[in-house]
Amino acid sequence: MSTNSENMDDLVGKDYEHGFVTDIDSDTVAAGLSEETIAFISAKKEEPEWLLEWRLKAYRHWLTMEDPTWAHLDIEHIDYQAISYYSAPKSKDDGPKSLDEVDPKLLETYEKLGIPLQEQKFLAGVAVDAVFDSVSVATTFKGKLADAGVIFCPFSEAVKEHPELVKKYLGSVVPAADNFFAALNSAVFTDGSFVYIPKGVRCPMELSTYFRINASNTGQFERTLIIADEASHVSYLEGCTAPMRDENQLHAAVVELVALEDAEIKYSTVQNWYPGDENGVGGIYNFVTKRADCRGNNSKVSWTQVETGSAITWKYPSCILKGDNSVGEFYSVAVTNNHQQADTGTKMIHIGKNTTSTIISKGISAKKAQQAYRGLVKISKSAENARNYTQCDSLLMGDQCGAHTFPYIEAKNSSATVEHEATTSKIGDDQLFYCLQRGIKEEDAVNMIVNGFCKEVFKELPMEFAVEAQKLLGITLEGAVG
Amino acid sequence: MLNIQDLHAKVEDKEILKGLNLNIKAGEVHAIMGPNGSGKSTLANVLAGKNGYEVTKGSVEYDGKDLLELAPEERAWAGVFLAFQYPVEIPGVNNVYLLKAAVNAIRKNRGEQELDAVEFLSLVKEKMKLVKMKEDLLNRSVNEGFSGGEKKRNEIFQMAVLEPKLAILDETDSGLDIDALKIVSEGVNSLRNEERSIILVTHYQRLLDYIKPDYVHVLSNGKIIKSGGPELALELEEKGYDWIVETEAA
Repeated sequence: MSTNSENMDDLVGKDYEHGFVTDIDSDTVAAGLSEETIAFISAKKEEPEWLLEWRLKAYRHWLTMEDPTWAHLDIEHIDYQAISYYSAPKSKDDGPKSLDEVDPKLLETYEKLGIPLQEQKFLAGVAVDAVFDSVSVATTFKGKLADAGVIFCPFSEAVKEHPELVKKYLGSVVPAADNFFAALNSAVFTDGSFVYIPKGVRCPMELSTYFRINASNTGQFERTLIIADEASHVSYLEGCTAPMRDENQLHAAVVELVALEDAEIKYSTVQNWYPGDENGVGGIYNFVTKRADCRGNNSKVSWTQVETGSAITWKYPSCILKGDNSVGEFYSVAVTNNHQQADTGTKMIHIGKNTTSTIISKGISAKKAQQAYRGLVKISKSAENARNYTQCDSLLMGDQCGAHTFPYIEAKNSSATVEHEATTSKIGDDQLFYCLQRGIKEEDAVNMIVNGFCKEVFKELPMEFAVEAQKLLGITLEGAVG
Repeated sequence: MLNIQDLHAKVEDKEILKGLNLNIKAGEVHAIMGPNGSGKSTLANVLAGKNGYEVTKGSVEYDGKDLLELAPEERAWAGVFLAFQYPVEIPGVNNVYLLKAAVNAIRKNRGEQELDAVEFLSLVKEKMKLVKMKEDLLNRSVNEGFSGGEKKRNEIFQMAVLEPKLAILDETDSGLDIDALKIVSEGVNSLRNEERSIILVTHYQRLLDYIKPDYVHVLSNGKIIKSGGPELALELEEKGYDWIVETEAA
């Protein structure tokens, strides 16, 4: 990253008066959150004044808020002043020197997923000198995208190159003061992805952060903004199936999607952050705010997520169906094993006429894990002939885990049709025995049964992602039965 | 082939099998009959190795091995097949996919080459004819939405594909109408050969009109109380189980 030190001194020089002693040349800021920290981050990123103001406003609002406690989660108190809010990409000396220094369990998982050695090193944070294949792949893709007029770049680059778009849409779906974690993210976000699909363009390829991750370390407060202009179409893939190590325990991302008239966005996630060990030690706290605004008529947004990682997941990808005839979809598989906890679901807010939404949620809990589905279907007065279908299934493995369902329905228009179906089942001893009796090993049998349970969601994933997700599910649940 | 000696087994602390003896040679078909609660299905489940069935005494020798020492899947690899009384539904799992996984798991553990998609498909096509299996059932989820008859037919179809050495058919006739019973029985008959032993667990004599057993055993209160040829089944049909239970007790 290039720095214009003169400029920065101007901006943050004053902060020194307040005991802000971090050297401007250093790449990490001391732990703690204050207006100075935010100014430092903004300066580091060479942001315009309006964005710094936007961050500070979010911060000031955040100070008045409290951690949400309504979720069915048991969260240890988080000391927000003990966290460092900015660190530049790690230098090579910080990480493990070779794969020998990496947790063998992690390596085992990489092996099972069939990840090439070079990539294993990258994912585990080992310093790699060799240039990745994906870098050249990414370059080729960039050319192709540019030809189509698609903008796909790091968020910080978009702030510089396309300030008018960022200014127009940032916070227009998830306002800075929306909730505790969104406010925190708005104040201190470091980077993320920016996508703009121009009118009438069908994005020529699946957009995946996977190709980008070695170019920039997005860090713990990721910010993503995707805008699909009129009659455009884009499919975006986030995350990767390989478990990612991260030094930062707290992750609070914000994702905003805007679909204008006749536009369609398909957003697929595979989340596999470190879940902590078998005893519940360590693991990522993942507090994500994801929301889509179907702003135009006939627009469509589809969320598909496979959540297998993190110690705690707090996440409700939602759709605001403003445009007439707009469509919102949510397909989710969430797996919790050992001591993992997840409170996840969606909100479908029907405002426009003839809007439809579909929710298919599959929750799997094993060992001592706790999981909740939390969903809101809201039919506003104006939403004539709105329709929703919700199906919410839970699968329990063993008798120490839990599954909870919290569906909320608010219907203010009598022409609406809202359907809700829910089931809870245990992975049957009978099902398992049936497979064993046919000669299929327990591990493979569990894998087969669980993947069968999740089939409706997996078929929504892009092909190669679906195959990986299936494998991942099996690995995540290894040893969960018996 | 199979030698059961003084077998005692418990389910949830209740003793169900109380000293069962049975000897089956290769190629023989034995029918086990008996009133409800006599322990017929328990015997089938103990032989297949189901969890929750505790063997407290006795031995089962199968093909020179101690069967009770083997895990359920190891028994399957060794050629033991159970046609379930109530085949379970497994939503989202393709019927033919499960079968392919089973075939290849068994082959792999026997040190044989796994079948590829083409080889497997031609095997399936050939065996489907035996039980007049409808093609659309292959690509549905395992047993999901199958009628009672279709479920039982699917069991025999699996048996045909897996070619076991010892097949235990647990009340395969229950819930079948006469046409389905005929089809299933023809399928089983076509699978009889000199090496394959079959145990037919059934409540009714009806099945034995279609599948002629070599021996018939009457199970009552956890023991075999009478053995004989096919004529024993007819006698039972005529006089009922009470007759034999009382005669033997006297």
